[in-house]
Amino acid sequence: MTWKIDSAHGWGRVLASEGRFARPERASHLKSLMAEAPCPAVGGLRSYGDAALNSGGDAIRMERMNRLASFDAETGVLEAEAGITISELLKVFAPRGWMPAVVPGTGFATLGGCIANDVHGKNHHEAGSFGQHVLSLRLIGPDGTARTISPKKSARLFAATIGGLGQTGIIESAKIQMLPCPALSMDVRERRMDSLAEFLAAFEASTADFSVGWVDATALGTDLGRGVLEEAAFTERASPFYKQAKSKRIPMDAPGFALSGPVVKLFNAGYFRRVPEAGRTRTRPLHDFFFPLDRLHDWNRLYGKRGFHQFQCVLPEAGAAMALERMLKEIATSGLASPLVVLKKMGPGRAGPLSFPMEGYTLAVDFPNRPRVPALLNRLEEQTVAAGGRIYFAKDSLMRAEHVAQMYPELDAWCEAVAKADPEGAFETDLVRRLKLRGQS
Amino acid sequence: MSDTWVILGATSAMARAFAQALAAEGAALVLTGRDTADMQATAADCEIRGADGVKVMRFDARAPETFAPILSDYEGRTGSLNVAVFVGSMPQQSQIDEDPGLLDGVIQDSFTGPARFLQTIAPMMEARGEGAIVGVGSVAGDRGRIGNYVYGSAKAGFHTYLSGLRNRMGRTGIHVMTVKPGFVDTAMTWGIEGMFLVASPQDVARDILKGLKKQRNVLYTPWFWIIIMTIIRTIPERIFKKLSV
Ligand SMILES: Cc1cc2nc3c(=O)[nH]c(=O)nc-3n(C[C@H](O)[C@H](O)[C@H](O)COP(=O)(O)OP(=O)(O)OC[C@H]3O[C@@H](n4cnc5c(N)ncnc54)[C@H](O)[C@@H]3O)c2cc1C
Ligand SMILES: NC(=O)c1ccc[n+]([C@@H]2O[C@H](COP(=O)([O-])OP(=O)(O)OC[C@H]3O[C@@H](n4cnc5c(N)ncnc54)[C@H](OP(=O)(O)O)[C@@H]3O)[C@@H](O)[C@H]2O)c1
Repeated sequence: MTWKIDSAHGWGRVLASEGRFARPERASHLKSLMAEAPCPAVGGLRSYGDAALNSGGDAIRMERMNRLASFDAETGVLEAEAGITISELLKVFAPRGWMPAVVPGTGFATLGGCIANDVHGKNHHEAGSFGQHVLSLRLIGPDGTARTISPKKSARLFAATIGGLGQTGIIESAKIQMLPCPALSMDVRERRMDSLAEFLAAFEASTADFSVGWVDATALGTDLGRGVLEEAAFTERASPFYKQAKSKRIPMDAPGFALSGPVVKLFNAGYFRRVPEAGRTRTRPLHDFFFPLDRLHDWNRLYGKRGFHQFQCVLPEAGAAMALERMLKEIATSGLASPLVVLKKMGPGRAGPLSFPMEGYTLAVDFPNRPRVPALLNRLEEQTVAAGGRIYFAKDSLMRAEHVAQMYPELDAWCEAVAKADPEGAFETDLVRRLKLRGQS
Repeated sequence: MSDTWVILGATSAMARAFAQALAAEGAALVLTGRDTADMQATAADCEIRGADGVKVMRFDARAPETFAPILSDYEGRTGSLNVAVFVGSMPQQSQIDEDPGLLDGVIQDSFTGPARFLQTIAPMMEARGEGAIVGVGSVAGDRGRIGNYVYGSAKAGFHTYLSGLRNRMGRTGIHVMTVKPGFVDTAMTWGIEGMFLVASPQDVARDILKGLKKQRNVLYTPWFWIIIMTIIRTIPERIFKKLSV
């Protein structure tokens, strides 16, 4: 059968949709589906909210469009179908000395999904965003025809597609420039950061290619903003030996109290002290370093049936320290945060008008879905706008439409390109409708 | 000299996963089937993954004239030569009930077409005295059921054929393995209701490779289907005929 009636949910499991899903395994099938009734693409469903949902409508699951098409071992240029996952690319190419230039925090994200959200990785300050390494892509428009676009050919459409949330069409395949990968593991240096000021200073002073911070979002007072800074570089030690860690599944939804305030506080304190005061350096396999959470399959079930929200903003460098302090205070006082909190310095790299990154600091915080959370996230959203920052569509399920234009000043240019590419709105998703991204209609 | 695998029905997701796993081991591949464009895509993928050459050839179970070129390509190769059959078709039983003319096609795709191909290649393999044959049947062939008994009977025929072929080929050192998958998440089953314990095509491919190493004769995949099918086979016919499992 072509269509399966099914439901889908974002990674946070708060927003869900029902509708018809097709899952083509070959290009000719994908094209005929698009010629008959064009509809949005679904990748690995690793966006937290409704970016990949289309309630009551159709959607095309891209996971079986996942073959490698060409690879140049000299230059590291790879072409592949858009449904291939990032972890598969890492698995196949790292042993040959190449890796995707940008790797998000989950290996289950697909090539198409990484382009459509112009994702960033732990090397954003060095390597920029995913889209900056896309050389060209095959885009299938609402009439079912595919064409190759690049920064040279149909430059506007190309840019609108990067970070374009699937609104210009379905990305069938893409050609990317990979990055040399000199080792199969990383030397990861961890250091305790006792305060926000120390954290930010360490980020500013860091020269590491890869860096990311974990923050204890329950700490207040002089501990506010404390956490652990991880800096990493490819190891130069001769390939160390590892026991391959087995992935585990979460068999059921966790009960509500599992992430209550006091439990998180205790956990965080332990997590902080796990790193010795003098810091430590450990050698980790690439997969463990890039995708620390992937080993626990379905870890989103730990948040229970009600699911969870992630708030991720980026704040411009100037004023970031003050804004972060205010946000962290608000979050710690609420007692609502989970242990999953990430702070990272971002460079200026971005590739599309709707791309998330901006030079400054990005903060990501997971919150179990509790009654007081939406109001807290609204306040954090106001603070983000006031600080001149923006919220990441890939993580959002609560943001309000009225703030979009302020956060994304190139929205109009994007809308224009999208209206031209998809005049009938065939690729609209729940997120696009919720945030009225394509206009008020 | 690397092993060569001729794969019939290479556009199936199960066959694709099997080919990819073989490619990573450095095998040479001959991908055969009806959709040449799709097989070219799989060929490119397998080359990148490490296959020692991939060739795409047309094979149509309903058109025996497509067999000869594959067989002569086969004759030109050296080293260990192996064949894996993934061909099969499963229209809904209700469609066949409406149009009994569909029956012959199902039998040809899932049984007689592949069997005729194997029948022709068998003496060539015997002459070499090495290699393996993998035939993908189905748990549906273990007992006729209201929901898909035409497909089931084609698979049952194929199982019986493979068991006879195993009996014959074993004498010259060629191993024949019958594979009986349970529910697998492929295009064939997408959108069909009532599926449970569904395996991924990669799971099946891995099981087949493991089964080959252990020289299994009949392989249920995933393994627990042997238990389910043993139970289903032991239900007395007077009761079974009233069930709709
Ligand atoms: C544990 C975890 C860690 C994460 N870490 C990071 C991180 O470090 N950095 C970061 O930037 N993000 C991160 N993310 C977010 C994730 O990388 C993005 O949401 C990414 O877009 C997910 O890809 P996907 O294939 O799952 O896409 P989906 O979530 O399925 O879809 C996302 C969007 O892409 C569109 N899309 C998907 N495929 C195609 C296609 N072929 N053609 C056109 N449009 C398409 C969809 O329509 C939708 O709009 C993380 C997510 C998780 C769960
Ligand atoms: N999915 C399951 O749950 C399940 C369970 C048990 C057994 N099986 C068996 O597993 C095998 C693979 O099936 P699948 O699930 O991967 O589904 P599939 O994608 O439908 O695969 C069937 C394959 O058979 C090919 N084929 C059909 N008729 C043909 C013909 N006349 N000539 C040449 N090739 C022909 C198809 O080629 P085209 O692309 O040209 O159509 C396709 O490659 C089949 O034998 C199936 O019966 C499947």
